[in-house]
Amino acid sequence: MPKIQIPTPLRQYAGKQPAVEVKAGTVGGALSDLVAQHPDLRRHLYTDDGKLRAFVNVYLNDEDVRYLQKEATAVKDGDSISIVPSIAGGR
Amino acid sequence: MLIVPLKEYKALRQHGEETYPHECCGVLLGQMDEEGVRTVTSVARAGNTRTDSAHNRYHIDPKELIRIQREGRARGEDIIGFYHSHPDHPAQWSQTDLAEAHWFSCSYVITSVEKGKAMLTNAFELTGSDENDKKLEDEKIEVM
Repeated sequence: MPKIQIPTPLRQYAGKQPAVEVKAGTVGGALSDLVAQHPDLRRHLYTDDGKLRAFVNVYLNDEDVRYLQKEATAVKDGDSISIVPSIAGGR
Repeated sequence: MLIVPLKEYKALRQHGEETYPHECCGVLLGQMDEEGVRTVTSVARAGNTRTDSAHNRYHIDPKELIRIQREGRARGEDIIGFYHSHPDHPAQWSQTDLAEAHWFSCSYVITSVEKGKAMLTNAFELTGSDENDKKLEDEKIEVM
Protein backbone atom coordinates (compact mmCIF):
# COMPACT_ATOMS: atom_id res chain seq x y z
CA MET A 1 0.00 0.00 0.00
CA PRO A 2 1.21 3.56 -0.52
CA LYS A 3 2.40 5.44 2.55
CA ILE A 4 1.89 9.07 3.51
CA GLN A 5 4.81 10.66 5.37
CA ILE A 6 3.46 12.86 8.17
CA PRO A 7 5.45 16.01 9.03
CA THR A 8 6.45 16.52 12.65
CA PRO A 9 3.80 19.16 13.46
CA LEU A 10 0.93 16.95 12.31
CA ARG A 11 1.95 13.67 13.94
CA GLN A 12 -0.02 14.46 17.09
CA TYR A 13 -3.16 14.30 14.92
CA ALA A 14 -2.11 11.03 13.29
CA GLY A 15 -1.65 8.87 16.34
CA LYS A 16 1.95 10.12 16.68
CA GLN A 17 2.92 8.09 13.62
CA PRO A 18 5.61 9.32 11.22
CA ALA A 19 3.88 7.54 8.32
CA VAL A 20 0.42 6.14 7.61
CA GLU A 21 -0.45 3.41 5.12
CA VAL A 22 -3.42 4.23 2.92
CA LYS A 23 -5.63 2.40 0.47
CA ALA A 24 -6.01 4.46 -2.67
CA GLY A 25 -5.34 4.67 -6.36
CA THR A 26 -4.82 8.43 -6.50
CA VAL A 27 -3.21 11.13 -4.37
CA GLY A 28 -6.64 12.58 -3.63
CA GLY A 29 -7.90 9.19 -2.57
CA ALA A 30 -4.84 8.70 -0.39
CA LEU A 31 -5.41 12.00 1.41
CA SER A 32 -9.09 11.18 1.84
CA ASP A 33 -8.20 7.82 3.38
CA LEU A 34 -5.70 9.57 5.64
CA VAL A 35 -8.29 12.00 7.05
CA ALA A 36 -10.82 9.19 7.31
CA GLN A 37 -8.37 7.31 9.52
CA HIS A 38 -7.37 10.48 11.40
CA PRO A 39 -10.20 13.07 11.22
CA ASP A 40 -8.29 15.62 13.35
CA LEU A 41 -5.95 16.12 10.41
CA ARG A 42 -8.68 17.46 8.18
CA ARG A 43 -8.68 21.08 9.37
CA HIS A 44 -4.91 21.25 9.12
CA LEU A 45 -4.86 20.05 5.53
CA TYR A 46 -8.09 21.47 4.12
CA THR A 47 -9.96 24.77 4.21
CA ASP A 48 -13.58 24.91 5.31
CA ASP A 49 -14.68 24.58 1.69
CA GLY A 50 -12.72 21.39 1.19
CA LYS A 51 -9.69 22.72 -0.71
CA LEU A 52 -6.14 21.70 0.14
CA ARG A 53 -4.56 24.60 2.01
CA ALA A 54 -2.21 26.68 -0.16
CA PHE A 55 0.76 26.15 2.15
CA VAL A 56 0.39 22.35 2.09
CA ASN A 57 2.70 20.87 -0.53
CA VAL A 58 2.09 17.27 -1.55
CA TYR A 59 4.84 15.26 -3.17
CA LEU A 60 4.57 11.86 -4.80
CA ASN A 61 8.02 10.38 -4.31
CA ASP A 62 10.09 13.39 -5.40
CA GLU A 63 7.56 15.17 -7.59
CA ASP A 64 5.21 18.00 -6.62
CA VAL A 65 1.74 16.75 -7.57
CA ARG A 66 0.84 20.27 -8.76
CA TYR A 67 3.05 19.49 -11.75
CA LEU A 68 1.62 16.01 -12.23
CA GLN A 69 -2.13 15.43 -12.23
CA LYS A 70 -2.68 17.09 -8.86
CA GLU A 71 -5.06 15.04 -6.72
CA ALA A 72 -5.83 12.79 -9.70
CA THR A 73 -2.21 11.63 -9.82
CA ALA A 74 -2.10 7.84 -9.74
CA VAL A 75 -0.36 6.09 -6.85
CA LYS A 76 0.73 2.48 -6.50
CA ASP A 77 2.05 0.16 -3.81
CA GLY A 78 5.42 1.27 -2.54
CA ASP A 79 4.85 4.93 -3.45
CA SER A 80 5.66 7.51 -0.82
CA ILE A 81 3.45 10.59 -0.53
CA SER A 82 4.93 13.43 1.51
CA ILE A 83 2.96 16.25 3.11
CA VAL A 84 5.29 19.24 3.40
CA PRO A 85 3.98 22.48 4.91
CA SER A 86 5.74 25.49 3.40
CA ILE A 87 8.78 27.02 5.04
CA ALA A 88 9.14 30.69 4.27
CA GLY A 89 9.33 34.10 5.87
CA GLY A 90 11.51 37.15 6.05
CA ARG A 91 11.84 40.51 7.65
CA MET B 1 13.62 25.37 25.17
CA LEU B 2 16.03 24.74 22.34
CA ILE B 3 19.34 23.04 23.03
CA VAL B 4 21.98 23.66 20.38
CA PRO B 5 25.56 22.32 20.37
CA LEU B 6 28.12 25.11 19.95
CA LYS B 7 29.29 23.75 16.59
CA GLU B 8 25.77 23.89 15.12
CA TYR B 9 25.07 27.27 16.72
CA LYS B 10 28.18 28.74 15.09
CA ALA B 11 27.32 27.06 11.79
CA LEU B 12 23.84 28.59 11.47
CA ARG B 13 25.19 32.02 12.37
CA GLN B 14 28.04 31.72 9.92
CA HIS B 15 25.61 30.79 7.18
CA GLY B 16 23.96 34.18 7.60
CA GLU B 17 27.33 35.92 7.32
CA GLU B 18 28.12 34.05 4.11
CA THR B 19 24.85 34.93 2.40
CA TYR B 20 24.79 38.58 3.57
CA PRO B 21 23.22 40.85 2.35
CA HIS B 22 20.71 38.12 1.56
CA GLU B 23 18.72 36.01 4.00
CA CYS B 24 20.05 32.52 4.61
CA CYS B 25 17.81 29.61 5.55
CA GLY B 26 18.15 26.07 6.77
CA VAL B 27 16.74 23.23 8.79
CA LEU B 28 17.31 22.17 12.39
CA LEU B 29 17.34 18.40 12.90
CA GLY B 30 17.26 16.50 16.14
CA GLN B 31 14.72 15.27 18.66
CA MET B 32 11.98 16.66 20.84
CA ASP B 33 11.36 15.09 24.24
CA GLU B 34 8.02 14.62 25.98
CA GLU B 35 8.35 17.92 27.76
CA GLY B 36 8.74 19.76 24.49
CA VAL B 37 12.47 20.42 24.80
CA ARG B 38 14.04 20.33 21.36
CA THR B 39 17.66 19.25 21.00
CA VAL B 40 19.49 19.98 17.77
CA THR B 41 21.89 17.32 16.57
CA SER B 42 22.59 18.71 13.11
CA VAL B 43 21.75 21.64 10.90
CA ALA B 44 21.22 21.45 7.17
CA ARG B 45 21.70 24.46 4.94
CA ALA B 46 19.02 25.05 2.35
CA GLY B 47 18.84 27.21 -0.71
CA ASN B 48 16.73 30.37 -0.64
CA THR B 49 14.42 30.20 -3.64
CA ARG B 50 13.33 33.82 -3.18
CA THR B 51 16.04 35.09 -5.52
CA ASP B 52 13.61 37.87 -6.46
CA SER B 53 13.80 39.38 -2.96
CA ALA B 54 16.49 37.52 -1.04
CA HIS B 55 17.44 40.58 1.01
CA ASN B 56 14.20 40.33 2.96
CA ARG B 57 12.49 37.04 2.07
CA TYR B 58 13.31 33.34 2.20
CA HIS B 59 11.62 30.18 1.02
CA ILE B 60 12.88 26.60 1.14
CA ASP B 61 12.01 24.36 -1.80
CA PRO B 62 9.82 21.53 -0.43
CA LYS B 63 11.77 19.08 -2.60
CA GLU B 64 14.96 20.05 -0.80
CA LEU B 65 13.19 19.69 2.52
CA ILE B 66 12.09 16.18 1.62
CA ARG B 67 15.70 15.27 0.86
CA ILE B 68 16.90 16.79 4.13
CA GLN B 69 14.12 15.00 6.00
CA ARG B 70 14.96 11.67 4.37
CA GLU B 71 18.66 12.01 5.14
CA GLY B 72 17.86 13.06 8.69
CA ARG B 73 15.49 10.15 9.19
CA ALA B 74 18.28 7.75 8.14
CA ARG B 75 20.30 9.16 11.04
CA GLY B 76 17.38 8.94 13.45
CA GLU B 77 16.73 12.70 13.34
CA ASP B 78 13.47 14.59 12.95
CA ILE B 79 12.90 18.10 11.66
CA ILE B 80 12.54 20.20 14.82
CA GLY B 81 12.88 23.68 13.41
CA PHE B 82 14.28 26.12 10.91
CA TYR B 83 16.68 29.01 10.90
CA HIS B 84 17.09 32.11 8.80
CA SER B 85 18.84 35.46 9.01
CA HIS B 86 17.72 39.08 8.97
CA PRO B 87 20.35 41.23 7.22
CA ASP B 88 20.67 44.59 9.00
CA HIS B 89 17.46 43.92 10.86
CA PRO B 90 16.63 42.72 14.39
CA ALA B 91 16.52 39.04 15.31
CA GLN B 92 12.78 39.26 15.87
CA TRP B 93 9.99 37.58 13.96
CA SER B 94 8.03 39.69 11.53
CA GLN B 95 4.40 39.48 10.44
CA THR B 96 5.68 37.71 7.33
CA ASP B 97 7.54 35.17 9.48
CA LEU B 98 4.36 34.47 11.43
CA ALA B 99 2.07 34.33 8.41
CA GLU B 100 4.39 31.85 6.70
CA ALA B 101 5.01 29.66 9.77
CA HIS B 102 3.11 26.37 9.72
CA TRP B 103 5.34 23.89 11.55
CA PHE B 104 3.70 23.85 14.97
CA SER B 105 5.84 22.92 17.97
CA CYS B 106 8.96 23.62 15.93
CA SER B 107 11.57 26.28 16.63
CA TYR B 108 12.14 29.21 14.35
CA VAL B 109 15.63 30.62 14.89
CA ILE B 110 16.51 34.06 13.61
CA THR B 111 19.95 35.71 13.52
CA SER B 112 20.48 39.40 12.91
CA VAL B 113 23.44 39.97 10.61
CA GLU B 114 24.70 43.55 10.69
CA LYS B 115 27.11 44.66 8.01
CA GLY B 116 28.04 41.04 7.42
CA LYS B 117 28.58 40.11 11.06
CA ALA B 118 26.24 37.77 12.95
CA MET B 119 24.95 39.53 16.03
CA LEU B 120 22.02 38.28 18.09
CA THR B 121 20.40 34.84 17.59
CA ASN B 122 16.92 34.34 19.01
CA ALA B 123 14.57 31.37 18.96
CA PHE B 124 10.80 31.27 18.82
CA GLU B 125 8.42 28.35 19.15
CA LEU B 126 5.36 28.19 16.92
CA THR B 127 2.53 27.53 19.35
CA GLY B 128 -1.21 27.21 18.94
CA SER B 129 -3.51 24.64 17.47
CA ASP B 130 -4.09 25.95 13.96
CA GLU B 131 -3.77 28.92 11.59
CA ASN B 132 -6.29 30.95 13.59
CA ASP B 133 -4.52 31.00 16.93
CA LYS B 134 -0.85 30.47 16.06
CA LYS B 135 1.86 32.52 17.76
CA LEU B 136 5.62 32.73 17.70
CA GLU B 137 6.66 32.73 21.35
CA ASP B 138 10.08 33.54 22.77
CA GLU B 139 12.07 30.38 23.40
CA LYS B 140 15.23 30.01 25.45
CA ILE B 141 18.29 28.80 23.56
CA GLU B 142 20.84 26.81 25.51
CA VAL B 143 24.16 26.54 23.68
CA MET B 144 26.20 23.56 24.85
